[in-house]
Amino acid sequence: MAAKSNLLNMVLCLFGVCLVCAAILGAVYVVTEDPILQASKKALEESIGKVLPQGGELGEAIESDGYLYYESVADGSVAAYAVKSTVIGFGGPLTLMVGVLPDGTVYNTSVLSHSETPGLGAKCTSDAGFMSQWKGFNGKLAVRKDGGDVDAITASTITSRAYTLAVSNAVEFVRSIASAADDSESEDEIVVAQAMENMEE
Amino acid sequence: MANKLTLITKGFIKDNPTFSLVLGMCPTLATTTSAMNGLEMGLATLFVLVLSNMAISAIAPIVPDKVHIPVYIVVIATFVTVLQLLMQAYVPAIYSTLGLFIPLIVVNCIVLGRAEAFANKNSVIDSALDGLGIGIGFTLSLTVIGLIREILGSGAAFGFKFIPGDGILAFVMAPGAFLVLGYLMVLFNKFLKK
Amino acid sequence: MEFFIIIISAIFVNNILLSQFLGICPFLGVSNKLSTATGMSGAVCFVITLATVVTYLVNQFLLVPLGLEFLQTIAFILVIAALVQIVEIVLKKISPSLYQALGIFLPLITTNCAVLGVAITVVTKQFTFGGEAHMLNLAEATVYALATSIGYGIAMILFAGLREHLAGNDVPKAFKGLPIALITVSIMAMAFLGFSGMV
Repeated sequence: MAAKSNLLNMVLCLFGVCLVCAAILGAVYVVTEDPILQASKKALEESIGKVLPQGGELGEAIESDGYLYYESVADGSVAAYAVKSTVIGFGGPLTLMVGVLPDGTVYNTSVLSHSETPGLGAKCTSDAGFMSQWKGFNGKLAVRKDGGDVDAITASTITSRAYTLAVSNAVEFVRSIASAADDSESEDEIVVAQAMENMEE
Repeated sequence: MANKLTLITKGFIKDNPTFSLVLGMCPTLATTTSAMNGLEMGLATLFVLVLSNMAISAIAPIVPDKVHIPVYIVVIATFVTVLQLLMQAYVPAIYSTLGLFIPLIVVNCIVLGRAEAFANKNSVIDSALDGLGIGIGFTLSLTVIGLIREILGSGAAFGFKFIPGDGILAFVMAPGAFLVLGYLMVLFNKFLKK
Repeated sequence: MEFFIIIISAIFVNNILLSQFLGICPFLGVSNKLSTATGMSGAVCFVITLATVVTYLVNQFLLVPLGLEFLQTIAFILVIAALVQIVEIVLKKISPSLYQALGIFLPLITTNCAVLGVAITVVTKQFTFGGEAHMLNLAEATVYALATSIGYGIAMILFAGLREHLAGNDVPKAFKGLPIALITVSIMAMAFLGFSGMV
C-alpha cells in the first residue's frame, strides 16, 4: 500500500518520477526523431511521385507567389510541375499535391492532408471514381452542378468544390509560370539577336 | 493458472470497459467510423494500459498517498507520448487518422481508473494481465461498434466494400455513433449482463 | 465578424459534445439533474477558458522556443491538473458560495477530455475562420475556448432537461439508464447536424 505522506517524500517522489519520465521521453525522442523526419519526407516524395510522369528528374522545392512547387525535368526542359495547393474544405484546410503538365493538363492529384468528415468528404482520399477522374483531366474545372466536368463525391459537394478549386488554382499557377518561362526565353533570344547585330556593326 | 486466465477474460464481458464499466466514451464514439479505426484505437489504448498498469503497480508502494494522482498522470502521459512518437515514426498514416484521440488517451478514464482500482494494490504481473484483458475488451467493443457503423454507413467491412451504393450516411456521422452504442448497450444488458 | 463566425461555429456547427465527442463521460455522468448539469457547465466553462489561455502561453513561450513540442501532451495535462487545484484553493478562500456550487465538480474536470482536447486543438490545428487557413492567435484562441465551452454548457443543460423528463417515463428494462440516454443524444446530435454548412 501507499507510503505515508510528508513534505520530503512527496517532493522527492514527484521529482524522481518526473526525472525518470523525462529521461525515457528524451531517449525515445532521440531514437524516433530520424524515422519521423524520414516518414514525412517519404510521404511527400510518394505524393510527388504519384502526381508526376515517370522518368523526369525532380528538382528542389521552389517557392513563388505563395505556392510551393517542384519541377520535373526531362530532356532539358520542364516536363511537369508538382504544385502544393491549399484551400478551405468543409472541415478545415485541404492540401493537395497537383501534378500539372506545362500545357495546363492535370497529370494526377493526391491529398497531402485534410480534415473532412469521415465517410463523406474524406472519401476524396478513397473514392476510386472521384480519384481516377483527375488522371489526365483536361475539361472544365468545376463540378457538374456548377456546369463543369468534375464528378462530385455523393453528398459531399462542398469538399468536391474545394478539391476542384485547389486543382484549378494549381493549374492557373502553372500556366502563369509556364508562360513567364516562355516570355523570358523569347526575351533572351531578342537580347542575343541584338548582340549579334551589334557585333556585325 | 485459472486465476490468471480470469484476470484477462473478465475484461471481455464482465468488466467490459465500454458496455459494463461505461468508461472511455469519447474515443469509443469518435474513432469508430470504421472497423479498422476502432481496432487501431483499441490497440493504441491497450499499449498504454498494459505499460502504465505495470509501471504504476511497481512504483505504488513508494508513492506517498497525497501525490499519487499527479504521479500516475505523469506516468500515463509519458507512455502516451512514447506511443505518439512511435506512431509518428512508424505508422504515420494511422497517427493522422486517429489524430487528437491519441494524446487524449491520457485523460481516458479507463487508464487512470485501472491504475486506481487495480494496479496500485496488485503485483506487476497481475496488473499487466489486467491491463491486457481490459485493453482487449476495449479493442473488441470498439471494433464491433466500428464494424456495425461501417456496414450500415458505407456498406463495407474493414474497408472491403460488399454492398454497392452509399449506405446510410448518418451512421458514419455523430448521431449514428450514439445510436449504435445505445442499442448495443441494450443488447448487452439484455443478454450478457448477469 | 471573424469572432462572430468563431462563436457560432464553436457553439453550434462544431458542438464539442455532439459533433466532436469530447467530454462525453461527465456529460453522461452528471446530466441526471438540471441543477448539477448547470453547476458542471459553469465549472467546465471557467476551466476550459483559463486552461486554454495558460497552455497557449506555455506552448508559445516555453515549448516552441525550446523545440519541445513533443512534450505538449504531458506539459498540458500537468498545467491543467495544477490549474484545477489552484482554482479550487482560490475559490475556497475567495468565494465560498461559488465553491459550494462548483467545488465538487472541479476534481472531475482534470480528466474531462474536453479541457485537454481544446487546449491541444488550439495549438496544433489550422483553422479557417475568416477565409484563410491559419493558426489561432491568443485573442482568437480565447474566444474559441469560451465559445466551445458555452456550446458544451448548452448541450449539457438541454440534455439534462430532457433526461429529467425521461426519468419519469416507463421504458423497457434493458433500455433503462444509459442506453435510452444515448439514443436521446443521438436524436439531439441529428438536430445539431442541421447547423452544419451554416458557417
